[in-house]
Amino acid sequence: MKLRTLTAILAAAGFGALTPLHAAGISDDVIRIGFITDMSGVYSDIDGPAGGDVIKMAIEDMGGEINGKKIELLVADHQNKADIASARAREWFDEQKIDVLIGGTNSSTSLAMAGVANEKKKPFIVVGAAASDLTNAQCTPYTVHWAYDTTALARGTGSAVVNAGGKEWFFITADYAFGHALERDTSEVVKAAGGKVLNNVRVPLSSTDFSSFMLQAQSSGAKILGLANAGGDFINSVKAAREFGVTPGMNLAGLLVFINDVHALGLDATQGMYLTSGWYWDMDNESRKWAERFQERHKRMPSFLQAGDYSAASFYLRGVKETGTDDADTIMKWMKSNRVKDFFAKDGYVREDGQMMYDMYLVQVKTPAESKGPWDYYNIVERLPADKVYNSLEESTCPLVKK
Amino acid sequence: MNRQLASYLVLAVLIALLPAMGAYPIFIMKIMCYALFACAFNLLLAYTGLLSFGHAAFLGGAAYATGHSLAVWGFPTLAGLLFGTAVAAVLGLIMGALAIRRSGIYFAMITLAMAQMIFFYFLQAPFTHGEDGLQGIPRGSIFGIDLQNDLNLYYLVLVIFMLGFMVCWRTVNSPFGQVLKALRENEARAVSLGYDVARFKLLVFVLSATLAGLAGATKSLVFVSATLSDATWQMSGLVILMTLIGGLGTFLGPVLGALIVVVLENKVGEFGRAMAQWTGIEWFQVLGESVTMVIGLIFIICVMAFRRGIIGEILHRWDVRKATV
Amino acid sequence: MTDLFGIPIQALLGQVLLGLVNGSFYAVLSLGLAVIFGLLNIINFAHGALYMLGAFLAWMGLSYFGLNYWLMLIVAPLLVGAFGILLEKTLIRHLYKLDHLYGLLLTFGITLLLEGIFRSFYGVSGQPYSTPALLQGGINLGFMYLPIYRAWVVVASIVVCLATWFMIEKTRLGALLRAGTENPKLVEAFGVNVPRMVTLTYGFGVALAGFAGVLAAPIMQVSPLMGSNLIIVVFAVVVIGGMGSIMGSIVTGLGLGVIEGLTKVFWPEASNTVVFIIMVIVLLLRPAGLFGKEK
Repeated sequence: MKLRTLTAILAAAGFGALTPLHAAGISDDVIRIGFITDMSGVYSDIDGPAGGDVIKMAIEDMGGEINGKKIELLVADHQNKADIASARAREWFDEQKIDVLIGGTNSSTSLAMAGVANEKKKPFIVVGAAASDLTNAQCTPYTVHWAYDTTALARGTGSAVVNAGGKEWFFITADYAFGHALERDTSEVVKAAGGKVLNNVRVPLSSTDFSSFMLQAQSSGAKILGLANAGGDFINSVKAAREFGVTPGMNLAGLLVFINDVHALGLDATQGMYLTSGWYWDMDNESRKWAERFQERHKRMPSFLQAGDYSAASFYLRGVKETGTDDADTIMKWMKSNRVKDFFAKDGYVREDGQMMYDMYLVQVKTPAESKGPWDYYNIVERLPADKVYNSLEESTCPLVKK
Repeated sequence: MNRQLASYLVLAVLIALLPAMGAYPIFIMKIMCYALFACAFNLLLAYTGLLSFGHAAFLGGAAYATGHSLAVWGFPTLAGLLFGTAVAAVLGLIMGALAIRRSGIYFAMITLAMAQMIFFYFLQAPFTHGEDGLQGIPRGSIFGIDLQNDLNLYYLVLVIFMLGFMVCWRTVNSPFGQVLKALRENEARAVSLGYDVARFKLLVFVLSATLAGLAGATKSLVFVSATLSDATWQMSGLVILMTLIGGLGTFLGPVLGALIVVVLENKVGEFGRAMAQWTGIEWFQVLGESVTMVIGLIFIICVMAFRRGIIGEILHRWDVRKATV
Repeated sequence: MTDLFGIPIQALLGQVLLGLVNGSFYAVLSLGLAVIFGLLNIINFAHGALYMLGAFLAWMGLSYFGLNYWLMLIVAPLLVGAFGILLEKTLIRHLYKLDHLYGLLLTFGITLLLEGIFRSFYGVSGQPYSTPALLQGGINLGFMYLPIYRAWVVVASIVVCLATWFMIEKTRLGALLRAGTENPKLVEAFGVNVPRMVTLTYGFGVALAGFAGVLAAPIMQVSPLMGSNLIIVVFAVVVIGGMGSIMGSIVTGLGLGVIEGLTKVFWPEASNTVVFIIMVIVLLLRPAGLFGKEK
């Protein structure tokens, strides 16, 4: 046998050796939850590995099994890249046979995963991503959108700032689905309230140097600097604003702010800011109890996304228990016809377009004097009823909604 | 020669049988796309000595072009594939025409710079959807065969891969290939014999770009998406690594290199996950994501001690002339 | 506010000033690269990763040992330089007889390795590093509010660049270095330990990168990826300026920073690519670079 043939066979053997590594999936006697989020990038604090851990908590609280079937959790990092997220989701659906996919932060990745879940006809619960497109133009029969979306943020924070006198806006926008959606939805709110959007600038995700964007903001003449970004990007924007003297002249409107950001920046930098949140750890006794469990494991207080991860996972598992199956269509039907009653959503329900409707809160960050200790950062200003803060079915651009 | 072709046929048949043995089709298809990409790159480097640091532009460009034509313009699948490949060829012509004038390190720098320009264009052009990427590209059907079925697509990709591979093989084993070898051995003499060296180099460059484009177009079908990752300089670096590990100047080298790199990307993750579950230490999970570290290490080892790559080393040991495997 | 070409002069000057800050980084980094290429004929792709290393060392010094910025400004470059010497002695040295491209590939591999290691420990989101107390605050220049730290960066970079230029062009040591580039055998015949000189040169070149890293820490936040996109632009700068030309890199670095700033005002979408466009043009028209000499 000549060498060349040998080498060719070697190569083929190499291909073949992969086979055992990717043998066909195990039978479906296990309930598998897949969780893909940003584990190491700008959004790793507000969701990240802790988000995976709270899903584990939900599984533990369910007893680790339902009707004798074990519950398993798979966790992965998408590094804020849509191709990594969708390839992993596809592989998990095909090979690992997951029964439900839970999506963490980042709207690009979630939109990509929603497409894959729709193709594979399995439920996809988005908790961390915000783009309202998930339940509008890009809705699918298998997408459920938990915790918040850009419309809610716009109507919550946007309205509050405009009503407090902020009529002229300049946006610094994260240059991907989330930022675009947030800027678009907030601009609508501003214009409807008689305000004006003077200009905007698109900034790549995970930028660290906002200096030239601050200059542009200052020269625009607007009174309000709208920050259509989140996580690490938000933190860096606020720091740059202070560094370049933007802040006394302009007011910052943080359109998506989490308690982790306030903690990182300190109350000095963030006091008086309005923000929209789905949940606050110090809201009531039930919330405090759950938050304390989280604090034991992670030495900090949870963001409302992490609480949302727990809520979504628990709701799904409740559905599996009550229907006795993990069949996708049965579960989707169950989710859209049962109410979410837990410390997170109090009395939420999943609408036909996939939006989980529940009341949110307009919050204002405390001054240093008002705060009695770390993580005591929020004053709840008012409750935002679900039907006011999310778009109505008439306004929805989701093809599934019968008009 | 016949034995050589026969062995390639055997390889093709074995790959065709893999799904039946339980392999995950998408995974093998990914390897085949990258293998074609690496073969294309190898053609340029091994036969003209030109190291292009911007080949990702062709991979990504074709992926976007095919994706856009299928998703937005509603092209039939075959037309979409051809369109993507054609776009890559044009990009190759432009880039090549400008870059060929220089050689060595300057050539690499020009290709890098032009690829970056193309990348930044993709970043901002509305049709690519920037960070979100093109998602949900319809696979359509070819000759009535529905490609939504992963298995059907698998055989199409196999055919495309073998086609590209044979084009590489035929290019080298032909009068044209002989001129290329002469060019590589002694450019000055080739010039003195009257060969238009620049034109030959450009031709190879465009051919290399076209095949890389074919790989990118096919990849967009496999993953039904095209994203910025396909056009980054890290991707250009990755294809250099694949060719280096496998064996520069050999035919199966790039294929093997692609196999190793893709398996590495997956295995490191699994290894990390397994370790994390076994020991309960989170960091092992993260190790899985640190493919970069492992790839960097392999790069270093290859350059320092292993320049011929795996196939190259095997051939060297058996003392057979390179580029006849 | 007066307008220049339809843009308020306030915005223009502001961006130019910021561009100068960026240009300072380009200058220091491309200087290191030029020095290394000039003497070693190695394209040091790892320059970006070593810049990142410098920044991380500064951060680690502060977080783990409480060593302040000023101390790290001296210590970090020394550590990076030492690491560079280690790299040169163990790895890079063996590639001198080979094609330049292998040097590029090796240092590319080193870059990936370094980035991978830091990334696995620290993620990619960047560690915050606060401006040293002495340099906090800003000056109101009328057309913009300039943070003092940024002014410091420009000043420090220019000083270091000029000092390096002086040392290489005007001192005996520099003369030896330049002679060693042109004809190593002859210089060796004069009794100079050329290999040691080469090693030290590499160490010095990367120490410059480490220095730039410490300067960058309060501005860019310390992240494993901070070097990767910067390095490509710096390559372009070196090529434009002329590989191996010291003054060329300094002037080109600063100049390109300013041009980038201007582009941000007039044609923002092109600001990432303007350096590359210029590079391609220069390479086609004046292959040795603006200040280089054809080798």
